[in-house]
Amino acid sequence: MKKFTTHTGVVAPLDRVNVDTDMIIPKQFLKSIKRSGFGPNLFDELRYLDEGQPDQDCSGRPLNTEFVLNKPEYAGSSILLARNNFGCGSSREHAPWALDDYGFRAVIAPSYADIFFNNCFKNGLLPIILTEAEVEELFQAVAAAPGLSLTVDLENQKVVSPEGKEYAFEVDGFRKHCLLNGLDDIGLTLEHADDIKAYEAKRRAEAPWLFDAIK
Amino acid sequence: MAGKTLYDKLWDAHLVRQNDDGSSLIYIDRQILHEVTSPQAFEGLRMAGRKPWRIDANLATPDHNVPTTARSGGVDEIVDPVSRIQVKTLDENCDEYGIVEFKMLDERQGIVHVVGPEQGMTLPGSTVVCGDSHTSTHGAFGALAHGIGTSEVEHVLATQCLIAKKMKNLLIKVDGELGVGVTAKDVVLHVIGVIGTAGGTGFAMEFGGSAIRSLSVEGRMTICNMAIEAGARVGLVAVDDKTIEYFKGRPFSPTADQWEAAVANWKDLVSDEDAQFDKVVEINAADIKPQVTWGTSPEMVVAVDGTVPNPANAKDADEANSITRALGYMGLSADQAITDIKLDRVFIGSCTNSRIEDMRAAAAVVKGRKVASTVKQALVVPGSGLVKAQAEAEGLDKIFVEAGLEWREPGCSMCLAMNPDKLGNGEHCASTSNRNFEGRQGFGGRTHLVSPAMAAAAAIAGHFVDVRDFELNS
Repeated sequence: MKKFTTHTGVVAPLDRVNVDTDMIIPKQFLKSIKRSGFGPNLFDELRYLDEGQPDQDCSGRPLNTEFVLNKPEYAGSSILLARNNFGCGSSREHAPWALDDYGFRAVIAPSYADIFFNNCFKNGLLPIILTEAEVEELFQAVAAAPGLSLTVDLENQKVVSPEGKEYAFEVDGFRKHCLLNGLDDIGLTLEHADDIKAYEAKRRAEAPWLFDAIK
Repeated sequence: MAGKTLYDKLWDAHLVRQNDDGSSLIYIDRQILHEVTSPQAFEGLRMAGRKPWRIDANLATPDHNVPTTARSGGVDEIVDPVSRIQVKTLDENCDEYGIVEFKMLDERQGIVHVVGPEQGMTLPGSTVVCGDSHTSTHGAFGALAHGIGTSEVEHVLATQCLIAKKMKNLLIKVDGELGVGVTAKDVVLHVIGVIGTAGGTGFAMEFGGSAIRSLSVEGRMTICNMAIEAGARVGLVAVDDKTIEYFKGRPFSPTADQWEAAVANWKDLVSDEDAQFDKVVEINAADIKPQVTWGTSPEMVVAVDGTVPNPANAKDADEANSITRALGYMGLSADQAITDIKLDRVFIGSCTNSRIEDMRAAAAVVKGRKVASTVKQALVVPGSGLVKAQAEAEGLDKIFVEAGLEWREPGCSMCLAMNPDKLGNGEHCASTSNRNFEGRQGFGGRTHLVSPAMAAAAAIAGHFVDVRDFELNS
């Protein structure tokens, strides 16, 4: 997995609650059997005026110039500022894959849907939770200075504004460790293979009907 | 010491180890695989040189992409080449690893969340995961079940475990009697309307109370299915005699001596009387009317006799903005009566409402009637080949076809429109599915979530009608 230590980048404000994963990456792009290449279709229905198709060259498509990512001041943005319940709906990991493929390294929002939140960590994308008031303050800061950059420091668990204002955030210890070191969590789990085998033997004795039935 | 909730019991029974950093490893008894969220997991496994930990814990079936029109030609005749590759990839991966798969032409094929319980793959007390958020459905049987991402699908294939953190406990207690014409779907839409689309985030959501106890297991599946629409990954209903009865004689259910042992074990799968929930929401069943969503989030829901909200009455500016945006997308006016919304299409199906009872409920409404001429299409898509066969044995297919509805092959179909079944730009659909997000059922499509009986009544009337009055008004 890609490491995440510190990152500085332009903030794109997406001022909308309950952004669902259908919106982040619509279903027609889920037919791909790859993990990459979703960036051009990130927020497809918000970003373009026509209906996108899989494997289409998006460079000539009509753009919705009102959409934040199409505005020149947010070109190359890599931190997404969002509102409550970001990433709700479908479990599709294509959502963080698309955000990552576009170039986002972190999302800042007051709250996330659980599955999306979890999926981000598996892909080196950091979902940061700040309070509603702090997120509102950042929206106002970006509105006052479009193209503003923030620095995210995972080790010290803080977001830093250009003026040096710091916003502290919480992150689960295990996930932080994996992100900082780019660790593959399957490898980590397999270090406990003996525990899994011991559990499995006990489980087989207690609930034998859950074994060897599907064949 | 306080008693345990059902979720506490399931968690404790599957805990493999507790790590020092607060994370845990939990054991997964069952994984269901489908074509959309598994290819990258198998590829990851292969690239790392790993093998599945336990083949017999997995069951696969293609559902999201499969066509629902006649398909005797099999996978090779899927017209969309990208869909075809995805279904073929699932077949190849399952063949390579020896995973049991109900392929497209197998009568047992269907929507993962219909097939799992139908086969007795899902069992009370088991942990069930799938790369699909509606895996919460299986909690209706006292199983700990939730959706996972593709990286976790790979993690479960490789280790039979998930790295997890324990959720909090939420009890939704629905007491009293449901009115005639009010279904499980109306209950869960009403709950989402009350607690909001993020009201269950971070919680395992148990549904209890006399109204839930009185529901069939299929109705409970509909309710748990949409727990995720209230933000909860896990929905749960305690085991009772109905649950146990449901599993008798299913293909992967325990038999003989093991059946008795299993039943003894399952009977404990209830929250203790003195269990402590972190949050309790009490709902009076008598308050629930047939529900219709008007907006672009499942929480944007009102009773059928209500009106579309007016942003002027919103509690704050954010809510007013959300309402205004949704009204624009949906092409509706503030204060418009729900019964004035005209429908272009009707979809009866999805993991929420495609089981035999749903088919029966819809058929009872359309029997001897005709779909309104203004409705371009009304689809009925059974949840599995076995549901289809059962419905046909009961003559329901003929009732639908005579009334002017289309009777289709099983799959996810227009719930998310990954196959050719989709809405046109601007079309309104009465849908028994679970999500009314923008574009969900097709680019520019406008979804209204309802129960099967309400969808069927809307198909006949051409606009929403209160199914409770339907006999009288027709």
